[in-house]
Amino acid sequence: MPRQPGRAVAEGRARARPIADFSHSHPHARSGRGSYLYDSPIPIPDSRKKVADIIHFHHVSHRYGGGPEILADVNFRLGKGEMAFLTGPSGAGKSTLLRLTALLARPVRGQILVEGTDLQTIKRRHIPAFRRQIGVIFQDPSLLKERTVFENVALPLLIRGASGDDIGRRVRAALDAVGLLAKEKAYPPTLSGGEQQRVGIARAVVARPPLLLADEPTGNLDPDMAREVMQLFMRFNEVGVSVLVATHARGLIERLPHRIAHLEKGRLDDLRPAGLTEKTLDFG
Amino acid sequence: MARQRSWLGRLLQDHVRAIDFTLAALRRRPVGTVLTAFVIGVTLALPAGLHALLDNLGEASGNLQGSLRASLYLKDTVSAERGAALTQELARRPEVKQAHYISRELALQEFRSYSGFGEALDLIKDNPLPAAIVLTPDAAQPQARIQALLKDLAALPEVERAQLDEKWVQRLYAIIELVQRGVLLVAGSLALAVVIVVANTVRLDIENRREEIEVMKLIGASNGYIRRPFLYTGLWYGLAGAGLACLLVEGAILALAEPANRLAGLYDTVVSLDGMRLEAVAAVLATGLGLGWIGAFWAVSRHLRHIEPA
Repeated sequence: MPRQPGRAVAEGRARARPIADFSHSHPHARSGRGSYLYDSPIPIPDSRKKVADIIHFHHVSHRYGGGPEILADVNFRLGKGEMAFLTGPSGAGKSTLLRLTALLARPVRGQILVEGTDLQTIKRRHIPAFRRQIGVIFQDPSLLKERTVFENVALPLLIRGASGDDIGRRVRAALDAVGLLAKEKAYPPTLSGGEQQRVGIARAVVARPPLLLADEPTGNLDPDMAREVMQLFMRFNEVGVSVLVATHARGLIERLPHRIAHLEKGRLDDLRPAGLTEKTLDFG
Repeated sequence: MARQRSWLGRLLQDHVRAIDFTLAALRRRPVGTVLTAFVIGVTLALPAGLHALLDNLGEASGNLQGSLRASLYLKDTVSAERGAALTQELARRPEVKQAHYISRELALQEFRSYSGFGEALDLIKDNPLPAAIVLTPDAAQPQARIQALLKDLAALPEVERAQLDEKWVQRLYAIIELVQRGVLLVAGSLALAVVIVVANTVRLDIENRREEIEVMKLIGASNGYIRRPFLYTGLWYGLAGAGLACLLVEGAILALAEPANRLAGLYDTVVSLDGMRLEAVAAVLATGLGLGWIGAFWAVSRHLRHIEPA
């Protein structure tokens, strides 16, 4: 039976000190249950701006070059501490919406606010600091092949100037959370697709960003592994992280108790607003 | 204050990590590293070697100048007292190291003892030799100033003729000056070559690590953070190349010392080819570091900003 990601954490067998509740640094944590990745002095933007939404798209349109509109007058909000899925066929604009949120592109029209900050006003030199507050996961986890799993996961902490001890503790806790503690010395090419994806997730969450964006994170995974990855996102969400997952795997998410927004031909509709869940899966 | 220390501590830690990372990366590809350092070393060795050669030539010409003598032949009308007084006046001039008066009688006496024509001289009633002042110019003075001095002295009313017949030394000075300018031009061109070599190597390094840079930008690494390892790579290439250049120059000097001595012996002088002075070694190392940094900075400034996460 495959090892459940994060089981050691959930059962309190983590190697490091008892892992602190993320709610210590996130006032939006919805549950005390979610043990996250250890206590730490790394500063997290602690709701500097008192806004309810972590993402707010206001009449946003976008196109690449002179091509057709990928997003057409999209209005979208993701509340702090909320988890939502973005579905739609290929080319519907799911990735574009995430890219705009992570400032990998700027919209041709409209306004995007992330934690109350208008992305149009962010200067180029401030983009790195902005991106440090977002964990991004792609279908291709973009791991560095010449670096070990540990080194890959440590990157966000290295760029923040964390100390060696702190990096060791946090990386191991993150790897434990995704069930890859035993593979810390392995190189990405020796891992399976699912393991690589989990390393990418560990890297995205290791610095405890308040917002996690995942673009087709289960695209390369078998159904069991895809379920495990979704469970991970739910665990992170349970401790206060806002999560937005773009996926076309409707079968996988329909039974999950989260909001689903559907994008098609650049238009966005909320198929299932939060709180209208038909059935909740128990991922215990 | 504590906050500032912490900031400095983090900065220092980032630099130490960048140093560790770049040295490890260079060790992982030893052949490429050595070849690049070798190209830089040979490029830097040429101007460094020429500079060392000029240093030695300058010293040698200084020795030769120490043996230079200028003779001022005085008019017959100048008395021995006036001749001696003029000698003392000249000895006080800064361009003159020594001045020595040879009276007509002393000249005749010396000629008699050294020439072997003593009996023949007895047949001549008058002393045909003029009184002379023999000057040793100060070797530390520039050549032009010594030439000017001789011109002044030749114009003195007491002097019949001034003679500095070491033409070849003047030619040597002219050659040294020409070579000095040539070395400057060559050094400038080769410095540009080093910058280009480093810039190209770092550019290739950036291309090879494009994916890594994209990931680093995606997770929020600042440009300074991403740039740092490449700048250190340039510094290491420059430093290694400069060190190699110093070794090459020292080796060349060792190989040339003996034949140079033999050549100098043919001109009745002793030349010892000295190795590079400590200041010269430091200057070459600093130049290598500086050029390496400039090359790397040029490359990262041009190429890094075009790499963005897809």
